[in-house]
Formats: sequence, C-alpha cells, structure tokens
Amino acid sequence: MAASSREHVLSLYRMLLKESKKFPSYNYRTYALRRVRDAFRENRTVGDPKAVEELMNKARDSLAVIQRQVCIGQMFEIQKTIMEPEEKKSD
Amino acid sequence: MMNRTLSRKLLGSMCGISSPRLRFAQSAVNTVQSQKELIKTRELEKDELRPLYMDFQATTPMDPRVLDAMLPYQVNYYGNPHSRTHAYGWESESAMEKARKQIADLIGADPREIVFTSGATESNNMSIKGVARFYKAKKKHVITTQTEHKCVLDSCRVLEAEGFDITYLPVKSNGLIDLKQLEEMIRPDTSLVSIMTINNEIGVKQPVKEIGHLCRSKNVFFHTDAAQAVGKIPVNVIDWKVDLMSISGHKIYGPKGVGALYVRRRPRVRMEPLQSGGGQERGLRSGTVPTPLAVGLGAACEIAQQELEYDHKRVTMLANRLIQKIMSEIPDVVMNGDPDQRYPGCINLSFSYVEGESLLMALKDIALSSGSACTSASLEPSYVLRAIGTDEDLAHSSIRFGIGRFSTEEEVDYTVDKCIHHVKRLREMSPLWEMVQEGIDIKSIKWTQH
Repeated sequence: MAASSREHVLSLYRMLLKESKKFPSYNYRTYALRRVRDAFRENRTVGDPKAVEELMNKARDSLAVIQRQVCIGQMFEIQKTIMEPEEKKSD
Repeated sequence: MMNRTLSRKLLGSMCGISSPRLRFAQSAVNTVQSQKELIKTRELEKDELRPLYMDFQATTPMDPRVLDAMLPYQVNYYGNPHSRTHAYGWESESAMEKARKQIADLIGADPREIVFTSGATESNNMSIKGVARFYKAKKKHVITTQTEHKCVLDSCRVLEAEGFDITYLPVKSNGLIDLKQLEEMIRPDTSLVSIMTINNEIGVKQPVKEIGHLCRSKNVFFHTDAAQAVGKIPVNVIDWKVDLMSISGHKIYGPKGVGALYVRRRPRVRMEPLQSGGGQERGLRSGTVPTPLAVGLGAACEIAQQELEYDHKRVTMLANRLIQKIMSEIPDVVMNGDPDQRYPGCINLSFSYVEGESLLMALKDIALSSGSACTSASLEPSYVLRAIGTDEDLAHSSIRFGIGRFSTEEEVDYTVDKCIHHVKRLREMSPLWEMVQEGIDIKSIKWTQH
C-alpha cells in the first residue's frame, strides 16, 4: 500500500468510527462499530491498488449511508435500552 | 297455523334465553383468554429503559442499509412499476427488477422465477393451495409435517375441507423427519410435499436436499418454507431440487409486509393463483408490486449474501456462549431439537420444574418468547414441542432465545445472568424441585385420587 493511500485509508476508517458512534440505537451503534473494525481488519493485507481503491469506494458509500441513517435515527429517538448504562461504565 | 305460532314462540323464547347465554359465553371466553394471557400488555413509560431484544425468530429490526435503499422509493420514485408509458413507471420497474435479481442470486435462481408476495404466509398459501388445486383432477394427496408453521397447516386444513387427502408426517424426537417414512408416504396421486427448511420454534434444519432429490425422483413437487433459512444459511434451489420456496422480508432484516415465492420454471410448476386481477407477476399474483418494499427485500437479500459468513460465525459464537453458560450453571436444562442439524441462532431450552410463563415474567428486561409469536402468550404448550414428544411439563417450561445480526456479547451475558438467577429463585420456591432434590420420582406420584 502506498504511503499516501495508507493515510487515506486510516482517515476514512476514523471517520467511519466517528460517525458510527453517533447512532442513537444501541444495537445499530454497536453493530456499525464492530462491522467497520472487522472489515478493515479483514482487509488489512490487501495490497493490490485496484482492490484497495474498490474497497475505499465501498467504504465511502458506507460512510454516506451511516451519516444519513444516523440523522434519521436522531429524528426518531426513543428510550435507551437496558444495556446502555453498563456500556457507559465500560467505556 | 298453530304450529307456526308455536314454533315462533319457541324460537322467540329460545332467542330470549340464548342471547344472555351468548353474552355469558362470550364473557366466559374473554375471561378464559385473559387468564390464558398471563403476561399483561403494557407500554413503556417515557423514561423507562427498553428491554433488550432476543426474539429474532419473530421478526428482525430493519438493517439501516435496507432503509437507506428504500427511502428514495418512498419519497421521490413513486411510479407504478407496471406503468409502461412513462419514466415514473420505468424507473420503478427497473428498481423492482434489480430487487428480483438480488433475491434470485441469494437462492441460486433465475430472476424470472421470483414472484413478489406480501410475506411468507402468502407464499405458503399460494404454493400449497395453488399447486394442489391446479393438479386436483389427477392428484389429490399432499404431504406436510406436524411441525410446520400455522399457515401451512391451516392451508392444508382448507384443502382437506375441499376433499384433498393430507398426510401430516410425524417427526422424530430430534425434530427431523424420517426420509424412509416420507418415501413410504408418497403415493402415485401425491402432488406436493411441503416441509420447512428451518423450524421457527426449535431451529432444526430438515434434510432439504435429500427430500428434494427424493421428491424429484418420484415426480412430486417440493415446496419448502425457508423464511427462517434464507440469508442465514447457504440456500440453493438447484442443488436442493426445490420447486417452490417461500421467503419473508422481515426475517432477514428487511421490511415487513413483503416476501417472495420462488416458482421453478424448468420443470415447470403450474399453480392456480389465489388472487384475481391485473395479472402482474406472471399472472400468479395480481396486484401492484409495492416498489419500496420490493427494493427493501432486494437490498436485504444482497446484504444477507455479503454478510452470510460473517453473521453466521458471530451468531454461532454468541449462541455457544449462551448455551455453554446456562448449561454449566443450572442442572436439568434440556435443549429441544437436534443438537447438530440446526440453525444456531434459534435456541429453545426447557428449564425443568420452572413455569415458562413465570420465567418470562421475571425476565421482563428481555424480549423473549416461549415459542412462535402467534401463540406466544397462551398457556397451551407449543404443538411443535408436543410433536417432538416433549413431556407436557417440559413443554410448559420452554423458552426460545433468538440471536441475530445486531445481538451483542453484553446482551447474551445479561440474559444468561438474569436467566440463571431467576431459574434458581423459581426452583427454590417450587415444591416439585424440593421433592426432586429429596430423591422423589415425580412421575411416580399419583396426583389425583379418582
């Protein structure tokens, strides 16, 4: 992976995590964080620039989806789940 | 004349008596029902914490990616997908056809073999009634199993009333059918065999491939209700030699109110449509296809295909965690259904000497069910558990844990802790448990004196 591209990947990764954290729903939030981390970990060793570019495009699309869905989630926010007080403690 | 007045008087007096009786009967039914439904409905207060969700067999939350795909069709692209004269129709049509392809790809079918329906219940009704009625002149026999979903069993009851002959195949104590027995049941006039892929209550996976090959060799159509299987385990209609397959949207993180039916083209399955009308969906299902829902189902299928391995690995891990922790902490817990031939995300456990409903009430922080959602609050033990020969008392003490894409380790641990705590507490209160601890064999006790 080229150095500049590596930086791009990392910044996109951080953006995805930052946006995922905004999901008001406990289950969507934990899923998004977990899925983003696992996807980047899984593709850590991908070296082919073409494949990297493809994955980056997918990640950009996902980022847009997350941003839109976070917005919608925030518009219709409801009660927290029983799991959430504990989640805060462990953070 | 005399007769007539007499009979009128009689009738009048009968009506007079029967109307309060009717009212009484009705109120009796109501009290029975309210007694049956031990768990009271109650909406959450504004500042109350929500229970965690462990009922993924009843329904699944919609994946945010699915909603994202659907919204444009709820907002801007409102054309009728069957309108052939303008752009509004064309864009909706192409979205619908893309969704059809996404569904077909997930199950290894051709897009032309997919029919959109309102859900798996409609798909099941269509297949069973449709095929049986089409071939009724020569073939009057249908085979199904005792553990099918209510809508399959009820469709068969309707056929029975129409003069069809139905065989309700029993299942073994592990919930699986006996292939030998099925083979013996198939007659020259059998038109259809309908057996579900994964059971919604106990999660067992039937040997669908073997059934498919058997049915093909006997020239009998094979329908499978795969609502709980599609998107969760690899499904292939060509490998399995399935002729009809029911798919549900809301069981695979898609929208409610939409489903699909796979209908094989070669060899062609012919069926009588249930609905008459504009002849949409190859004339099999008239009525405008709801584009946003179809798009949602398509997106859910595509995501399920991408995520199948990831989801399955995770659900397996969480399920093992749940089973292992519960089993190691409390004795006398029975897992219903075959331990190997199953979908791991559906775990049905019987906690001996504990009343299932009391446990459900104690676990009010967790959205659980004692079985199928259709019968979840009644005291009747599930007919599925009865069919696998579970003892009446064990059937009463069963709870279904449903794990899915959005479940977390913390949720599983919370459920396990609460479950262990309350089972122990309820057992300590139970005289039966006390007797068992003293070494008394409960089955040997004669409870009644007459």
